Amino acid sequence: MSMKILVIEDDADAASYLIKGLRESGHTVDHAADGEKGLEMALSAPYDVAVVDRMLPRRDGLSVISAVREEGRDLPILVLSALSQVDDRVQGLRAGGDDYLTKPYAFTELLARIEALGRRRGAVPAQTVYRVGDLELDRLAHSARRGSLDIDLQPREFRLLEYLMRNAGQVVTRTMLLENVWDYHFDPQTNVIDVHISRLRAKIDKGFDRPLLHTVRGAGYMIRDGLR
Amino acid sequence: MTAFGKLIRTTAFRLVVTYLVVFVLFAGALLGYIAWNARRVMEGQLNQTIETEINNLADNYRQGGARRLVHTIERRSREARGFFYLFVDGRGQLLAGNPVDIGSIVSRQPGWHELSYIRAEEDESRRVYAKARLFRLPNDLTLVVVHDLENRDRMRIVIRQAMGMSLALVLMLGAFGAWVVSRRVLRPVDSMAEAAGRIMAGNLSERLPVRGVNDEFDRLAGHLNLMLNRINELMNGLRDVSNNIAHDLRTPLTRMRAATEEALRTARTPDEMKAALERTIDESDSLIRIFNALLMISRAEAGSAPGTMKPIDLSEIIADVAELYEPAAEEAGMTLRLGANPVAPVSGNRELLGQAIANLLDNAVKYGRRPEAEAGQTIAIDSQVRYNRVIVSIADNGIGIPADQRERVLERFVRLEESRAQPGSGLGLSLVAAIVRLHGGTVVLEDNGPGTKAVLSLPLHSGGEESKT
Repeated sequence: MSMKILVIEDDADAASYLIKGLRESGHTVDHAADGEKGLEMALSAPYDVAVVDRMLPRRDGLSVISAVREEGRDLPILVLSALSQVDDRVQGLRAGGDDYLTKPYAFTELLARIEALGRRRGAVPAQTVYRVGDLELDRLAHSARRGSLDIDLQPREFRLLEYLMRNAGQVVTRTMLLENVWDYHFDPQTNVIDVHISRLRAKIDKGFDRPLLHTVRGAGYMIRDGLR
Repeated sequence: MTAFGKLIRTTAFRLVVTYLVVFVLFAGALLGYIAWNARRVMEGQLNQTIETEINNLADNYRQGGARRLVHTIERRSREARGFFYLFVDGRGQLLAGNPVDIGSIVSRQPGWHELSYIRAEEDESRRVYAKARLFRLPNDLTLVVVHDLENRDRMRIVIRQAMGMSLALVLMLGAFGAWVVSRRVLRPVDSMAEAAGRIMAGNLSERLPVRGVNDEFDRLAGHLNLMLNRINELMNGLRDVSNNIAHDLRTPLTRMRAATEEALRTARTPDEMKAALERTIDESDSLIRIFNALLMISRAEAGSAPGTMKPIDLSEIIADVAELYEPAAEEAGMTLRLGANPVAPVSGNRELLGQAIANLLDNAVKYGRRPEAEAGQTIAIDSQVRYNRVIVSIADNGIGIPADQRERVLERFVRLEESRAQPGSGLGLSLVAAIVRLHGGTVVLEDNGPGTKAVLSLPLHSGGEESKT
């Protein structure tokens, strides 16, 4: 899935690194080096996702986001910031940002989040049944089955699988899981998420020839039909 | 001069002067009113006396004619009761009375008059004020009865003296009061100012004097001292952070730099290069993590911005985080058991409290299992609401912390020998301590015989009002 991405970032090195990485991942990227230019570009052309740095010359990042929202645009926006505190994050989201990432970040984390944002926009909103291969999750019936086998999931496991399947075919990082499944943004220090994943994996992949839940080294996890 | 200058610029002095002015005005008004009233009464009495006298004399004339009146007047003049008489015929001839120079009175209209005359006494003559009543008798005769106003004048002098005296007294008392009050008020303020000066000059451990009488000044000094303590702690914290950064961040940075340099020098194959780069990224990730934790600690210690603390239920956070760590505990060979967890409304930051609980569970998972012990060890989380606090305990059966180290491990970067084998920054517990303190609570590490028991105590949210921290 190739997306058109607008990067508003004033640091030349950070921007060129970001743009290079995104282009290598198959996306089209436009760049603005200050807030005014960025706002103008965001309003003039249709983008799938915008990446906005919080501190920009000429116009602050949060103000760019508010202006975009005031124009009635639902452009998905990822806020980048060197401020990591919880309240800063809340500010960023309140201004109309859709996701928030603290510098310094891992590129894989950024890419996973951008793709999740882009996908969220393209996705059919109220999908009730997710399917990956022969794995099926019914959100209304709150049930999951693989092939003909019913899978018994704890509530949290269900939400974990639901999130993975909603983002099927793309990398989901550990922090994305913590944020979206547990709704916490703190740093859990140990590999707590990994253990949850391995429990889930034992339930959905164990005994089947074809694993669906994959570990993406150095990035996170992905649920995907291996044969696709 | 400076002392006086200081005195007149003090609030106490101004207050006293204001009181003094009000007091003097009040006293003056009171005395003035009394004097005016007394004078009115005295004058009324005098008029009455003169009126009676003149009526008597008029009766006398009506009964016995001019002869009898002349006789009576002469008799009465000798009695010297303060009265003077003039009995004059139509031509201005004095028929009877006192030979004083008040003759001009007879040409005036009948009625009341005030006049003065020169009274000759033994060695001097003086002007005397008097009140006169002029009365016309038939046959063009005029009768004047005069009475001295000496009593009234004497009273006026007495009152004037009394006013002067009381004014002097009021001023003296007021000045004394001003001196006493200003001494009482100025002295503690002065000593506080002096102490503040010494603190500013660099004696940062000095505190403002508290006299122990628990008045406004003591309370003020107490609060300022608490503020100084807090500032001192923050300063120490800041100094610690910079020391920590210097020492504990430099070490991993050095390690990272050396490893990268070595890879550059010795790595030959792309795989070796790649492995070295990955190690570098891992190292930098752990550095970022340390850095974030340090920032979070200093931010929590500095107190959070108002508005970030919201009423939340701590039991939900405990349940969430326990659930998050339960598989990790199991993988480490332990059972995580969540015991009592009653609803506990606190005013706080959900993320920070979650981080604190997570750090404690993280420690329990890392250090909660003794290698020699067989399976079946537990990490127990219990919380209870007691009075207006919620007490959360997280207990493991691990190697424990020596009693003399339990305070120390809450400091930054302190790691015990036993824990060095495990990954970690030595910041987990100090972050817990900072977060708990930000929420107005305490954290204590206790012996769990065997193992460690971390006990958090947080104040419950007292409905409605926003927490002040």
